[in-house]
Amino acid sequence: MADLPAVTDQTFDAEVMRATIPVLVDFWAPWCGPCRQVSPIVAQIGAEHPGTLKVVAMNVDENPVTPQRYNITSIPTLNLYLRGDLIHSIVGAKPKSLLLAELSPHIT
Amino acid sequence: MSIVIVGSGPAGYTAAIYAARAGLEPVVIASSVEIGGPLTTTTEIENYPGFPDGIYGPELMERMRAQVERLGAVIVPDDAIRVATAGDIKEVETSDGTVHRARALILATGSAYRTLGLECEKQLVGRGVSYCATCDGAFYRGRPIVVVGGGDSAVGEATFLARFASSVVIIHRRDQLRAAHRVAARAFEEPKISFAWNSVVTDILGAERVAGVELTDTLTGARRELAADGVFVAIGHTPRSELVQGQLNLDPEGHILVEPGRSHTSVPGVFACGDVVDAIYRQAITAAGSGARAALDALGYLESE
Repeated sequence: MADLPAVTDQTFDAEVMRATIPVLVDFWAPWCGPCRQVSPIVAQIGAEHPGTLKVVAMNVDENPVTPQRYNITSIPTLNLYLRGDLIHSIVGAKPKSLLLAELSPHIT
Repeated sequence: MSIVIVGSGPAGYTAAIYAARAGLEPVVIASSVEIGGPLTTTTEIENYPGFPDGIYGPELMERMRAQVERLGAVIVPDDAIRVATAGDIKEVETSDGTVHRARALILATGSAYRTLGLECEKQLVGRGVSYCATCDGAFYRGRPIVVVGGGDSAVGEATFLARFASSVVIIHRRDQLRAAHRVAARAFEEPKISFAWNSVVTDILGAERVAGVELTDTLTGARRELAADGVFVAIGHTPRSELVQGQLNLDPEGHILVEPGRSHTSVPGVFACGDVVDAIYRQAITAAGSGARAALDALGYLESE
């Protein structure tokens, strides 16, 4: 999404897998209405956790490899990675309070 | 503030248009992630008057929103978490803690999709189980899928999904479709679509990912399995009236009860419109029409006070 830094199949390893802090990846596509609504919330959550959470977005239309590797069949999907491991997955657009409730155990 | 509207589908937006034109400066509580309501996840709409070539659901809702904003209504992109209907001043609290107060309240909260209610269903959401064909269809390029349901949504989605999937089986508990003739005809013409009549999904197969469904024949009770990578569920909706449960009279299914032909609920100053009151029609145009009624009823109430 426009509000989030983009990662691609090529940059995923460097930007996400090798990051030293948790990374939330917003898998989205331009034709997905709910994605457009949840992405600004993801950006807000990122802005509220400077230095402790990195947020990025991956366009699944342009990047087929990573979504397939993580068996993504619904968007929006928000995947949280820590040191290369997928530690939490949220499927579907949810309000900010519910997103934070699911994410907060994993972020400091 | 004189009027608060909860909901941003065709009913809520139309109520806002009428209330704004009456100079009431309405506030629309539009939700955080479902602004525009269920039409934002549909494809082409052919039955909304004024669009001879059809219009895409998201575009229709963006146009309604633009009209609402141009007329001066305030759109709040947050979720209502509490509604207080008693007394002369109604309250709607949003999840950021703001309490919106007004003399009249219009509820246009719509409905939520119905799930199959199977134990395994929740675990497989995002792993092959979907409630949004337009969101997820493209992930099933060249793969077999099933669609559960026989109404306009289910059959329309099946036709949309046939663009991507290798095969689409429509699973319906009756022996004929409930969908409109044109919608059904398109599905019958689509070579990728076949039908499992008189069948209900009694189990979803697969541990990590959907591998198929177990079907039970409604006439004979016979069980069979059908391989599929995706299960799209479109079996109807339940009204979203939890926020006013115990405050307003509801029917046994949870629809808000209104005076016949009007929008007055059981509490003075509270009006309801759209799918949350409608067990029968549930169309964009009927929702819009009932939104107009609710705004005019609310206007009458405010003037008579």
